[in-house]
Amino acid sequence: MIRPILEIIGLRKSYGELEVLKGIDLRVESGKLVFIIGPSGSGKSSLLRCCNRLEESSSGQILVDGEDITAHNADLNRIRQNIGMVFQHFNLYRHMSALGNVTLALRKVQKLSTKQAQERGREALNRVGLSDKEDAFPDQLSGGQQQRVGIARSLALRPKVVLFDEPTSALDPELVGDVLNVMRELKEDGMTMLVVSHEMSFANAAADHVVFMDQGLIVEQGIPQKIFGQPEHLRTQTFLARMSAH
Amino acid sequence: MDLQALIFSFFNLEVIRDYWPDIVRGMAVTIELGVLVSLTGIVVGLLLAIVRALQIKALSFFIVCFADILRAVPPLVVIMILFFAFPYIQVSMSAFVATWLSLSLVLAAFAEEICWAGIVSVPKGQAEAARSTGLSWWQSMCFVVVPQALRLTVAPLTNRVIAITKSTALGSVVGLSEVLNNSQSAMSMSGNATPLMMGAVGCLIIFIPVVLLGRWTETRFRWKQ
Repeated sequence: MIRPILEIIGLRKSYGELEVLKGIDLRVESGKLVFIIGPSGSGKSSLLRCCNRLEESSSGQILVDGEDITAHNADLNRIRQNIGMVFQHFNLYRHMSALGNVTLALRKVQKLSTKQAQERGREALNRVGLSDKEDAFPDQLSGGQQQRVGIARSLALRPKVVLFDEPTSALDPELVGDVLNVMRELKEDGMTMLVVSHEMSFANAAADHVVFMDQGLIVEQGIPQKIFGQPEHLRTQTFLARMSAH
Repeated sequence: MDLQALIFSFFNLEVIRDYWPDIVRGMAVTIELGVLVSLTGIVVGLLLAIVRALQIKALSFFIVCFADILRAVPPLVVIMILFFAFPYIQVSMSAFVATWLSLSLVLAAFAEEICWAGIVSVPKGQAEAARSTGLSWWQSMCFVVVPQALRLTVAPLTNRVIAITKSTALGSVVGLSEVLNNSQSAMSMSGNATPLMMGAVGCLIIFIPVVLLGRWTETRFRWKQ
């Protein structure tokens, strides 16, 4: 069996009394696009945020390429280089140009020279189709463009896996397509991606694996044809019916 | 209306000729003190705000107490305590040092609150994005959060700097030869109010550029769009 790039074992997370993750096991193999769907409050975002320790899990393990990132002595800043993250609200640095956003970590963490960093930054911006916007500031870009800069920022670090936290939820409908296209191209290039999103038709068309979560547990998972075509569990059926009613 | 008398008492050329070197010397002290106070006050205030962002309870408590007490107490009292009371605990300082230290502490207290408000108003996602790319807490603070926070603080900070540099006049109570003190001495010695007018003009010359600088920085630091 191939070693997964990302492996989550028995992950639990509580906020005080409230347990939001109740033992999650998940394997993401290299080059796969894995989709997590589920109602709000099901723990999808918490799960994602535990994967780069923006939130601390209460117990369980997360292995990235075999390395336990939940270990006490784990070198977080080094590990995070391997795990890109794309945020719902883009979170671009407002005081920096697109290229500045993409190259900050290259210069400060990977210690590349300004020239090298800019080369890699331009490469990443090119990959998301924004080579002509490198001098633009976030406030000068549309939402879709901002999100693509956000994707470029995580790609520039050459991560092993990229986490997408509802990447299109804050976008106007007509801008969603651009971002999804970029994600589709990334998948074709072999990038490993774990995505929390409500873009069901995109999941159906592009995902390798779909995970349905509810109330802090994985209810069922499998290939998109199975989850969307013949969901086994009542909760999955209800959720999907509610989503398609929109 | 006795214009002649008004000019004699307030705009007397002879008095101006005799006393302008005193006023200029006073202006130099005021400028020197103002620049030093602004630098120390802002730097210390910003550092305190950053330390407060570490969210270590004991430290934050100390910083909040410092900021609240020094914002509440009149700067004049701080100057008098440092200059007149500290010698009894074997800490003596010149009028200049006492005024500089007092005003710096007061400005630091205000600057801390202003910078803290700026840091808090930067959305949490900014630091999260920075951390997620592997930047350390300090790096994300220095390169991402503080630069954005400072833009919001420029206007209130400039106002504070103007207010506190004007309080350099308080140094006169401990005998500091700043511009107002020198004008007052010149006024008593000449028995004429002209030096007061000269002092006022001196203050305008010093502070108008500061006010203009504040306006310029406000436009300079607007978000590009």
